[in-house]
Amino acid sequence: MKRPVIALIAFAIIACLPLLGDNYLLRLGTMFAMYAVLAQSWNIIGGYAGYPSFATAAFFGLGAYTGAILQGLGWPMPLAWVAAGLLAAVFAGAMGSAILHLKGHYFAIASLVLAEVLLEVTTSWTSLTGGGMGLNLPIIRMSIAAQARLFFWSMLGLAVLTFLMSWYVSAGRIGFALRCIRQNEDASSMVGINTTRYKVVAFVMSSLFVGAAGALYASWVFYIEPPDVYSVMTTIRPIVMTMLGGAGTLLGPVIGSAIFLVIEEVVWRNFLSVHAAVLGILIVGLIFYLPNGIVGAVARRFRKRGAENGET
Amino acid sequence: MSILELKGLTQRFGGLIAVNDVDLSVEAGEIVGLIGPNGAGKTTVVNLITGVFKPSSGTVTFKGRRLDGLKPYQISRMGVARTYQVVQPFPEMSVLENVMAPAIFAAGASSKAEAMRAADEAIDFLGLKDLRDTLASELTLAERKRLELAKSLAMKPEVLLLDEVNAGLNPAEIEIALEMIRAIAARGVTIILIEHLMKVVMSLCSRIVVLHHGAKIAEGKPDEITKNEKVIQAYLGNRYAKANAAEKPNV
Repeated sequence: MKRPVIALIAFAIIACLPLLGDNYLLRLGTMFAMYAVLAQSWNIIGGYAGYPSFATAAFFGLGAYTGAILQGLGWPMPLAWVAAGLLAAVFAGAMGSAILHLKGHYFAIASLVLAEVLLEVTTSWTSLTGGGMGLNLPIIRMSIAAQARLFFWSMLGLAVLTFLMSWYVSAGRIGFALRCIRQNEDASSMVGINTTRYKVVAFVMSSLFVGAAGALYASWVFYIEPPDVYSVMTTIRPIVMTMLGGAGTLLGPVIGSAIFLVIEEVVWRNFLSVHAAVLGILIVGLIFYLPNGIVGAVARRFRKRGAENGET
Repeated sequence: MSILELKGLTQRFGGLIAVNDVDLSVEAGEIVGLIGPNGAGKTTVVNLITGVFKPSSGTVTFKGRRLDGLKPYQISRMGVARTYQVVQPFPEMSVLENVMAPAIFAAGASSKAEAMRAADEAIDFLGLKDLRDTLASELTLAERKRLELAKSLAMKPEVLLLDEVNAGLNPAEIEIALEMIRAIAARGVTIILIEHLMKVVMSLCSRIVVLHHGAKIAEGKPDEITKNEKVIQAYLGNRYAKANAAEKPNV
C-alpha cells in the first residue's frame, strides 16, 4: 500500500516541472511521461502475463493517425485522444482474440506483423492518411510555452491513469490470474482460470492508453508520417525500459523509463555518431547483470538483509 | 445414478487410436483404480474427462451434464479436479498463493479473505502448514505432490482424478500419501486413481479398470483383476500367461 502512494507523490512533484521554466526539461518530462505510458502498458501483457508483445507501435501509430484524422475533421483535441485510445483498444480486442492462442516466439512474430500491416495500409491509403507525405495537424492558437505545458500535463495525466490501471491489475484478481498464466498456462486453466479471456483483457489494457498517447504525440509534434509513428523503436523501447526497471512489478516500468531516458540523452549528447551502438551495448550489459531489473535486484538485496538479520 | 459416466469414449491422434470405445460408470463415493501398461491410454482418458482434449467420439457425463466439448476451466468449476503426473505448481508463488488460485477461480471464493481461509484449510489438511509461505519451486518432490493434492482439494471437487500421485516417492512417503488419499475419500470425494504401483491400487480401490492399447480389457474387484488372464497377458506377456494357466487350470 505504501509504495504506490510514494509513486503518486513522485508524479505530483514531476508535475511541478514547468515552474523551472526550462523548455528542454519540459520536453524531457513529456518524453518521460510518454515512455511511462508505453512501458507500463507493455508490462501488463509482457510483464504480468508473460506474453512478449511487439504490438506497441501498432497501437501507437493507429492512435496517432486516428487522432490526427479526427482533429483534421474538426474534432476537439481531447475527444480525438479518447477516440484514438478506444479504437486502439477495439483493434487490440479483435486482433488479440485471433493471435493470443499462439505462444512464445510465435505470438511475438504475429504481434510484430500488426504494426507492419498497419504501416502498409497507412502508406497506401493516401486519400485518408496522406500516405508517405505524412499528415499535418491543425495549428493550436496558444503561445509556445502554454502549449508545452499543456502537452506535458496531458501526457503526465495519461501516465498517472496508466499507473492507476497497473495498480488495479497488480492488486486484484486480474493480476493474480495473469501471474498464474505466465508461470503455467495449462495449470491455470485447470484451476478454473478462463485463460483466453484474461489474455485478451490484458492485451486490450496494454493498448488503450498507448493509442491515446499516440494521438497526444501527434497533437504535440503537429506532423506525423508512417515510418515515424510505426517505428520498431516504439515497440522496442518500452520492452527495454520495463526489463530494466523490473518486468511484472508495479514500479519497474516507471523507474525503467526514467533511467532509460537519462541514459539515452547522455549517450546521444556524447556519442552522436555511434549512439545506437553504445546504447545497444548498455542494454545488453544491463540485461546480463540485472536480469530481474532494478526493482528485482533491490527486492533481492532487502530479502537477503532480512534473512541475515533474522538469523543473528 | 452414477456421478461420472463415459460412453464409447474414443480418441484418435492421426492413425493412432489412443483410447478405444471405453465405457465406464463411477458411483459417488467410490475409489476406482485405472491401471494398464505404459501407453495404455490412462492419461489420455483423464485428459478427455477434464477437457484438455475433445473426444473423437463418445460422451463424458458428470451428474447428468455433458462434459465433452467444454473447456478445462469450465469443467474444473463444475467440480471435477485433477492432479498431474508431472507436478504443475506455479513456481514463483508461495504454497499459500498456489492453493488460493483454485479457491478463487474454480471454487469461486467471493473475497480474498475467504479464498485464504479455504486455502489454509486445504494446506492444514495435507500437513503443509509449516511450508505455507515457502516458494513452490523450493519444495521437494513429495511436498510438491502434496501441494498438487491441496490445490485440487481447494477446488471443492466432487470427482478427483489422481494421475500417478505416488510416482517417484519413496516407500515412507507413499504410506503418507495413501493416508491422505484415504482421508480425502472419507470427505465424500469420488476418486479415480491412475497408478502403476499395484500395492497402492490394491489397498485403496474398491474397483479396478484395466486399459490395454486404449481399450478396456477388464473391470472388477482387486482380487478378480489379479487373476484375470487378459490382464496377466497384458502385463507379463503371452508365454507367462499360458504357463500360469497350465499350472493352475482351475482358476
